[in-house]
Amino acid sequence: MAQSEQEILAGLAEIVNEETGLDPETVQSDKAFTDDLDIDSLSMMTIVVNAEEKFGVRIPDDEVKNLRTVGDAVSFIQSNQS
Amino acid sequence: MSTERRVVVTGLGATTPLGGTITDTWDAILAGTPGARPMTEDWVEKYELPVTFAATIHTSPEEVLTKVECRRMDPSAQYAMVASREAWADAGSPEVDPERFMVAIGTGIGGVHTLLTQWDNLREKGVRRVFPLAVPMLMPNTSSGNVSLALGARAGAHTAVSACASGAESMGLAVDQILSGRADIVIAGGTEAAIHPLPFAGFAQMQALSTRNDDPAHASRPYDTARDGFVMGEGAAVIVLESEEHARARGARIYAELAPAGMSSDAHHITAPEPEGAGASRAMREAVQRAGLTPADIVHINAHATSTPVGDVAEANAIRRAFGDATDGMCVSGTKSMTGHLLGAAGALEALFTILSVHHRIAPATINIENLDPEISLDVVRGEHRKLPQGDIAALNNSFGFGGHNVALAVKSI
Repeated sequence: MAQSEQEILAGLAEIVNEETGLDPETVQSDKAFTDDLDIDSLSMMTIVVNAEEKFGVRIPDDEVKNLRTVGDAVSFIQSNQS
Repeated sequence: MSTERRVVVTGLGATTPLGGTITDTWDAILAGTPGARPMTEDWVEKYELPVTFAATIHTSPEEVLTKVECRRMDPSAQYAMVASREAWADAGSPEVDPERFMVAIGTGIGGVHTLLTQWDNLREKGVRRVFPLAVPMLMPNTSSGNVSLALGARAGAHTAVSACASGAESMGLAVDQILSGRADIVIAGGTEAAIHPLPFAGFAQMQALSTRNDDPAHASRPYDTARDGFVMGEGAAVIVLESEEHARARGARIYAELAPAGMSSDAHHITAPEPEGAGASRAMREAVQRAGLTPADIVHINAHATSTPVGDVAEANAIRRAFGDATDGMCVSGTKSMTGHLLGAAGALEALFTILSVHHRIAPATINIENLDPEISLDVVRGEHRKLPQGDIAALNNSFGFGGHNVALAVKSI
């Protein structure tokens, strides 16, 4: 069952916090992973894999570069959850 | 005033089986505390290991570092980071020119936890579960790299790998780098986190470990007739080294002088010590000579003394071969009786003890000697720790490693 946008955002914020130590409150939909949150490509890789496991989706490597903001990731996860 | 360039010690840091800091570790040493304890990990039973105890770390780095730091560093680098931050703070966290600031942290085995955990992930869960930082976490230079990054050291980040001599070798290389003018200040030492089933099983299969499973506290007993192998330990030990000029200019507290190291290699056997101790004694003599001393100036030796039947005697022979009758004026301590064997961090930790011995004029006791092996013709400190003389004194620290590496460091009072 698909989760709400809010649930996915909260789950993603938890993963980002675990990986980077960033306060989950700062992980908002309009924030860009690289430019705003200063997340490097190696951390992004870990976040993606952890999100796949948490949300039961597959995020192909080619897709990762399109996930510029946290909101992009939330939408992708939501639309791909079965 | 001397125009001779000298290298001095201005900061100390360690995380060991005896304590989360060098202060706690040294207090435990003076109290004669054994660091070995039964292991609680499920793999001990699972693999039916013949040895069920080790000198495990006293304070988990998770109590000191952030969660993210722990995730991104192998335990060996975590230990190095804890020790380096303590040493840097102890040196007064000085403002330094980053391009004159260097790191030299050695290791015997490197990021073995990461290597094997990630291999398990690959086999059991597939390629996408391999941590993207697996390689920078498992490489042997992961500690020197991470510490240089954390403290902003840009004159070089070096990693001596010479098994159980790695920590001492790193300090020796650091002294040479300062004397040659390549750096003013260096964080130098060693780290090891190899209490993992594979290296543990390897050492056990080699018959190198004590199997005194029913009494871990008395298992590490250098020089005792009933010694039966070493006790595996883990941790890190680091010092801040500076040119004397740099230290004096900033009014730093100086613990002691560290002289340039004596080093040699046996070319005899990949693990066994050369029985006559020719290589080891050459390293010791070189250390004394490079320090501008004579054997009569050495009042104390912190020996390698791992508690193996062959190794302890070989080292004792090498000491006498190096110094002849002057050996009688040197009191010898085997602190691995308390710390266990920290492998690539052992030489570094024992160098810290040697520095503190010279600074506080105390030679620690070797614990667990019930019957001194008659083959050991040394003045072994046991029972109580012993006072060292006032005035100008010097002490020696020996470290030897598989591969035939011999490193001797001379510490001079200041």
